[in-house]
Amino acid sequence: MVGVPAEHGLILAAILFALGLAGVLLRRNIVFILMALEIMLNAAGLAFVVAGARWAQPDGQIMFIFILTMAAAEVAVGLALVLQFYHRFKTLDADAASRMRG
Amino acid sequence: MTVLFYLSAIVAVVSTVLVITRTRAIHALLYLIVSLLAVALVFFSLGAHFIAALEVIIYAGAIMMLFVFMIMMLNLGTEAACQERQWLSGGMWVGPGILALLLGAELVYVIAGGGLTAVSAGQVSPKQVGIALFGPYLLGVELASLLLLVALIGAYHLGRREALTVHPETRVAPASRRCDSGVSGCTLIDVPKEEA
Repeated sequence: MVGVPAEHGLILAAILFALGLAGVLLRRNIVFILMALEIMLNAAGLAFVVAGARWAQPDGQIMFIFILTMAAAEVAVGLALVLQFYHRFKTLDADAASRMRG
Repeated sequence: MTVLFYLSAIVAVVSTVLVITRTRAIHALLYLIVSLLAVALVFFSLGAHFIAALEVIIYAGAIMMLFVFMIMMLNLGTEAACQERQWLSGGMWVGPGILALLLGAELVYVIAGGGLTAVSAGQVSPKQVGIALFGPYLLGVELASLLLLVALIGAYHLGRREALTVHPETRVAPASRRCDSGVSGCTLIDVPKEEA
């Protein structure tokens, strides 16, 4: 089986991670920021799976399952926070919450 | 399998670029689902079949469903009907449809070419994953279950509307909603008029 080189998988993971990071930095809508976070988590999981396939060990896939669990927990709490944010500020602009009280 | 990897990698990168450049959340969400499906095919081509199935079921299914619910819940009021009319127009489905069609062609290629029986170099069977998951990683599984429980309680607590008090200085005026420039015959502007 002529396999895909592991470098190419890692390059794909790096590209997806960079795109997610650009999304976090560029977008100000908080729903888009959450989506870009999902892209970044997915890219990190892709890197783990590529490494697991490179050495034919199950550890990479297990790390992906843990990342999946964390992503599910993060998105549940994050979307509840978005709901509260929207009810309080009546907008989804992340800059609306830039001022601290105290 | 190599063709499968590179084609789905290209689809993943293109749809991810489209995710972070869309202006409307539901359009970005469609492209994000296509991107996750493409990454699932990448996993499949790498020999991680179990993870590919999990990616489709949990990421593209459950987590994206949460996003859809949230976007639908936040679009309340007068703009809902307007947006509904806009979503029913066929134009927005073309881009994700073409990319998903590419992925579907890859799937047909794999099934028709007998790629399911081809064992790649780094293939790890679900049995190995399960044995490792409930062997040396048992503590991690327990911690993951605890994390999910904490997330459940946290989301429930944050989701209660009356529990959190709104301080007066954080209550700001509603931002004026702007309509997308490309939408014709559909105005979303609900800035309160000021009568003297």
